[in-house]
Order: sequence, then structure tokens, then C-alpha cells
Amino acid sequence: MIEFLDQIFVHTKGKLLSPLANAPDWVGHAASSLLNISAMLGVFMALFALMSVLERKILARIQNRYGPNRVGPFGLFQPVADGIKLLIKEDIVPFRADKVVHFLAPIMVAAPTILALGVIPYGRNMTPFAIDGGILFFFAVGSATELAVFMAGWGSNNKFSMLGAMRAIAQMVSYELPLLITVLPVVMVVGSLSPDAIVAAQSGYWFVVTPWGAAAFLLFFVSGLVESNRTPFDVPEGESEIVAGHMTEYSGFKYATFFLAEYFGMFAVSGLAVTLFLGGWQAPIDALQFIPSYFWFFAKLGALLFVFIWIRGTLPRMRVDHVMNFAWKFMLPMAFTCVLAAAIWHYQARGLAGWLWSLGIVLAAYLGLSRVLDTRKNLSARTYRFAE
Amino acid sequence: MSSAAFLVIAILTLAGALAAATLPKLIHAALCLVVTFFGIAALYFFLGAEFVGLVQVFVYVGAVAVLIVFTILLTRRESETTGPFNWGGVVIAVAVFCGLTWAILHTSALPQAAPQIEALTVKRIGEVLMTDYVWPLQCVGLLLTAALLGALVLVMEEKRR
Repeated sequence: MIEFLDQIFVHTKGKLLSPLANAPDWVGHAASSLLNISAMLGVFMALFALMSVLERKILARIQNRYGPNRVGPFGLFQPVADGIKLLIKEDIVPFRADKVVHFLAPIMVAAPTILALGVIPYGRNMTPFAIDGGILFFFAVGSATELAVFMAGWGSNNKFSMLGAMRAIAQMVSYELPLLITVLPVVMVVGSLSPDAIVAAQSGYWFVVTPWGAAAFLLFFVSGLVESNRTPFDVPEGESEIVAGHMTEYSGFKYATFFLAEYFGMFAVSGLAVTLFLGGWQAPIDALQFIPSYFWFFAKLGALLFVFIWIRGTLPRMRVDHVMNFAWKFMLPMAFTCVLAAAIWHYQARGLAGWLWSLGIVLAAYLGLSRVLDTRKNLSARTYRFAE
Repeated sequence: MSSAAFLVIAILTLAGALAAATLPKLIHAALCLVVTFFGIAALYFFLGAEFVGLVQVFVYVGAVAVLIVFTILLTRRESETTGPFNWGGVVIAVAVFCGLTWAILHTSALPQAAPQIEALTVKRIGEVLMTDYVWPLQCVGLLLTAALLGALVLVMEEKRR
């Protein structure tokens, strides 16, 4: 029974594909891929709708207001209303815009995030596309996003769009480095680039309980916040400074596509964080193995997404130069330290000694960096000279 | 099936390259070059070289294309004016193409040794890089670090002035 519930989606897929057993090989492959893609898109579109209303509700709760509560029970059907509104809105294209590039940009922003979702294991035997270099694939397609953001900024022929795109590319290129290097220790310890192998390697304990894993997880999460352009790193679309950044000249469903890409990017980065550090679809303790694997994956994903919203409701936007300095002066050295700490943990037979050694190295690097980077500015409460 | 796929990929790649060489606006040309990069990556995948294909996308689309775009943006002076068509470039390109074709046609075919080649996994590539080719790897790393420091020095000098 437990086994059946765990594999229910795998069995269903097998049942659905069984009429094609005699068909040529490539028909079976194509049907299987199509089934995977439609299931994945269905689940994540639903999650996107749910997330958009939940985000507004939680933000409202943080800010002491009600949030959307008009459409359906608790305002749960708000995304439907929003979707209809965005669909029937007029699509405005600026006269001097580069029409083709302006049209292609939203598609190019959304496509890589959907591709990146394809390599994440959602449950036991539930990876849509299990390829050998899955982690590499994730980052390879992710690197195409920068170009798409640039296309949006340049194609709109608007100063604010261009400024937003420049900021976006600068911060995404900078944070891609720590994002990649924090993945390295996991890949080194597991000895594989395949997400399935990484999840399988965490059957005993999750990597987040080791010092290097905890540090790498935090760094990865912060870099993920930047890569998905979320507060406090939303300088590319900073509303109070540059209207809406690269999305300024988009309206109607194209604008919605940008939003979809942002959320899908969040899902992808959180999904990879769960896979790399939080044990993927593994249950936290063996006694809880009876709950299906996909439930654990989505529970962890949901927890991370909540933290995304929580941070958005808590922290103000960072200044552009602070964002860049933080990437190069703090994130990058810390990421390299994680690699070193993981190597020492491995060569100390992955025991207690290694655990303590890696804790010492991470702590030393953290304290040293905070000492070196301390600007010795006396921060005190602001005094308002002319208001008192 | 596979030859049809190859044909589609090859046509897309060539079309992208042709557009990159002929389009009047530099940014359009750069974006078409990206199509070519993707096409080449698809060809690598097609040949079973998964790792090389991924690295192709990673390095060329993620880094080189962004670099080209940035260069165009930051040095944009007379981007709207287009000069006369560059016939000299065409001659050189045709000459290089003919030379390469000639060289390939005159190379004696190597004896087929396909069965001995083991499936090349990412892990195997990593092992070889860390054992047999560790010195070339280190040299490349040193070169890149030097280039990075050089770029930093250039930028800092500008700041001081």
C-alpha cells in the first residue's frame, strides 16, 4: 500500500503509455516526454496561481492588512480573475521598439526556467528528464536568462528598461559565481552531477546538517534570491527608482509571462536547493518513510517558498553597489571556503573530527571576513536635524 | 528520424550564422549568433557528447554572448550607421572554408576504432582532468587568473584618475 501510494504517478504513467508498447521507439519516447512535460507544467502552473495569491495574503498579514479577499473563499480565486484581466488587456508595443526582440523577450525569459525545472527529482523515480549532467544542464539553461532580460531591456527602447536590464545582468552574472561554487562541495562529496545520485546519497542524513552544507545552503539560498530578482535584491525592477526595470514597456499577458518566469525561477532554485542540501524527496527520519516521497519534496519546497515571501515582507531593497560588493567580497570567498571545508570533511572519513574541522574552517573564514570587511562606520540612530 | 533532426539543426545553425554575418544592426547580429551557439550545442548533443554540449551552452551563451552584448552596449557610438558591405571579409571567409574543406578531404581516413571507446561520463572527464591533464588545467587556470587581475588593474586605474 505504502509502496503503491509512493509510486502512484509512476504507475499511472506506465498505464497511460501501455497502448504504445508496440509503437516504434521514438513514438514511445516522444509520448513519455510529452506526458512528463504536461504533468510538470500543470503542477507548476497551479502552484504559480496558488503562490501568487498566498504571497499577497502573507505579505498582507505581515503588513497588518487583509490582502485579496473578494473573489471566492478567502480570495482564493483571485488568480483566475487576474488571469482573465491580463488576457483581455490591450497589448501595447512602443512605436520605436524593436518589435521582434520585444516580442521574443518574454518567451525567452520563461523558457529556460521551465527547462530548468525538468531535471529536478520530485519523488522516487519521478525525475522528468534524468540526464547524467543534470546539475550542469540546470545552470547551462539558466545562463540564457540573462540574455533574455537584456533582450527585454534593449527591445523596449526605453531608458528605464535599459537601466533595469543592465542592473539585472550585472547582478545575475556576479551571483552566478557563488551560486555555482556552492554547488561544488555537494558534487565533490557525491561524485556525480546527476540530481538523482545526489538525492540518493542523502538517504542517511541531509547535507545541510554538516557545517559546510549549512554554510553552502545559506549562500546558495541568497544567490538564488538574487538570481530570481526578489527582494531585497530587486534592484533591476526597483519600482521607486526605475519604474519597473526591463518590464516597464510590457503590458497584458507579456507582463504576466515575466511574472510567471520569476515564480518559475523561484521554484527551480528552491527545488535545486531542496535537492542539493535538504535531501530531496527523502523523509527526515526513517519512521516517516510511509509518507510518499513527493509529499516530502513539495513540503520542503513550500517551506523554502514561504521563506522567500517572508524575506520579501521583512527586508528593504539593497543599494546597487552594496549588492555587488557583497557578491565579490563576501559571497565568493565564503563559497570557496565551503569547498575547502567539504574536502577536509571528506578526508577526515566524514566523521566527527571532520565535522569539527569543517565547522572551524567555516567559522574562521566568516569571522575573518567580517573583520576585514568591517568599514568601521559608527552606525547609530539617525538624527533629523531640521525636524526636531 | 535522426537525419531529419540533423538537417533541421544544421539549417538553423547555418541560418543563424548567416544572419549574424549579414544583419545591419549589431545587436540583432549578436542575438543571431546565440542561435548559432545553441545549434552547435544541439549538434554536440546529437553526437552523444552531452558534457561538451552543456559546456557549449554554458560558456558561449552564458558568458561569451553576454560579453559581446555588453561590449556593443558600452561602446555604442555610431551603431545606427552601417558601412558598405564588407566584400573583403567574404573573400577571406570563402578562402578559409575552401582551405578547411580541402584539408578535410585530403586527410586519410583513420581506422575505425569505435568499439573500444567507453561511454564518456562526466565523472570520467573529471578524473582525466585531475590526473593526466592536471598541468594543462593548472596553466589555463593561471592564465585566466592573470587575465582577471589584468582586467581589474585596468578598471582601477580608470577610477583613480
